[in-house]
Amino acid sequence: MLTLLFDGVAYGMLLFVLAVGLSITLGLMNFINLAHGSFAMLGGYAMVILFKHLSLPFLLCLPLVFIVVALAGALLERLLYRQLYQRPHLDQVLFSIGLAFMSVAAVDYLMGSSQQNLVLPEWLQGRGEWGEGAWSFGFGYYRLFIIGVCTLLTLVLQLILSKTRFGSQLRASVDDPTVAAGLGIPVNRVFLLTFAVGSGLAGLGGALGAEILSIEPLFPLKYMIYFLIVVAVGGTSSITGPLLAAVFLGVADVFGKYYIPKLGGFVVYVLMIAILLWRPQGLFSRGGKS
Amino acid sequence: MSAPMGITDVLSRHKTKWWEWMGVLAALATPIVFSSHAMMVNEIAVTALFAVALDLILGYSGIVSLGHAAFFGWGAYSAGLFAKHVHNDPLMGLLFSVISSGFIGLACSFTVLRGSDLTRLMVTLGVSLIGFELANRLSDLTGGADGLQGVLMGPVLGVFEFDLSGQVACTYSVGIVLLVMILLRRLVHSPFGASLMAIRDNRLRAMAVGLSVSKSLVVIYCISAAVAGLSGALLAQTTAFASLDVFSFERSADVMLMLVIGGVGWLYGGVLGAIVFKLIQDQLSSLTPQYWMFWIGLLLVVLVLVGRERLLNPFKGWRSR
Repeated sequence: MLTLLFDGVAYGMLLFVLAVGLSITLGLMNFINLAHGSFAMLGGYAMVILFKHLSLPFLLCLPLVFIVVALAGALLERLLYRQLYQRPHLDQVLFSIGLAFMSVAAVDYLMGSSQQNLVLPEWLQGRGEWGEGAWSFGFGYYRLFIIGVCTLLTLVLQLILSKTRFGSQLRASVDDPTVAAGLGIPVNRVFLLTFAVGSGLAGLGGALGAEILSIEPLFPLKYMIYFLIVVAVGGTSSITGPLLAAVFLGVADVFGKYYIPKLGGFVVYVLMIAILLWRPQGLFSRGGKS
Repeated sequence: MSAPMGITDVLSRHKTKWWEWMGVLAALATPIVFSSHAMMVNEIAVTALFAVALDLILGYSGIVSLGHAAFFGWGAYSAGLFAKHVHNDPLMGLLFSVISSGFIGLACSFTVLRGSDLTRLMVTLGVSLIGFELANRLSDLTGGADGLQGVLMGPVLGVFEFDLSGQVACTYSVGIVLLVMILLRRLVHSPFGASLMAIRDNRLRAMAVGLSVSKSLVVIYCISAAVAGLSGALLAQTTAFASLDVFSFERSADVMLMLVIGGVGWLYGGVLGAIVFKLIQDQLSSLTPQYWMFWIGLLLVVLVLVGRERLLNPFKGWRSR
């Protein structure tokens, strides 16, 4: 019971790191990016290559993956995404689906369609155990590690967004790009950096999740709905909303799959629709305009 | 539309143009001319109708939906199951599918009235995923991942038996699609169609001139769902099979692509797009079957970057931009 809860929380935290970049581009920049999962997949594959084939140390791989994916994100933002910020949502949807499709086929071509396995370093394998009987609480070290890393990331992000000069510049650029530019804020650069960090985080999430989520070419399409749920349910006005939504989703998913495996993802989808009908702006938003 | 339209323009658009008659004739001729590719023609007709159904809400009403496959899939499975367990007359099955899809559309329509584009995307996607899960899990009824098998259709109108070459299936599909297209043509040129476009272009203004926005959207969503269900039913009946992929996300995405190729907000855009898409697919996937997805993706990206209004719809851009 507690073990399940723990797994659910770890899964949820992972989802949060994967989706937080989307929540920024979607929530703050109002851009519907369905190709977000592609960045996560890129991260997963980068991890596999760096760690498994080049056998670099695990802890070095994580920041490397972040940098690689962030650079890829920056490049794409500069070349393609920037032209679409002002376009209607239909264009954005079509464009990002196209990008996701391309990434799926390209990865299939380059890496093969089979699932990639990642063997963790020894110090992350194995699990601990507390208590006994019905309330025994087992926890995998890796899951603990994930929760730790994700908590750290969340705190850092929150601090950056609320306390630093860059955070206020970002919020200003989003609220009104024209005025922000008039005040001398380099709007384009702010967006570029934000997008890069967002995709980098997705890549990091993919790398961390390489062992839990299966890294395969269809990854972007398979998990797209989960990312979108996190963002849509969590609302986009803060970073705590998506966090709570992600943890909630992770726990619900793990419990659902354990107790009623026959229903599969059904529970999650129904919950999502119900929540969105009840509060179209997300659970934790300040509400108001549509 | 750049110049302001007078009432005469609105009325003259309603007149049947000469090329529309040609189109009808061409459609009627296809089952005979392309008799060796009958199944292909059949598939194009079915997908064209599906694309037109999506156009009703996307192009005419401005609702972005990523999950229209939900209704297509429902139509396919309901027609298959109806034939299997109730009665195997095709037209009765078709009627059942249309009505039931319409009702499901009615139930779902209230979900798309609320919220922003993102909420709508999510909800429509969620509905189609639920459909997928249901069809997958209720394997006693639907056959699960193996698909619905053992569908035996009766003869059309009690006379024409479905044959192996697909001649009858193709004629049947093209006939039904043509019929529905004529009805839909009436619909979009009616005052109701005009009010939908007004809602799409400016919801607030439409409300201010006294159009009941919610009611119109619910009605068109039902109609669109019913037409999508009809196309799904046609597919299930003519192929005597329904598989999980009728609900898949790729199907929703593909149909959106077709619509965009042909032109959004233009009744024949879906038809044109379906023909072009299926022909390209046929060619490209015979070259590289596995990486076909890459080319669709590239097509989408290029299409958006170049500007989708300029591609295949030379007659009229649907927005002055």
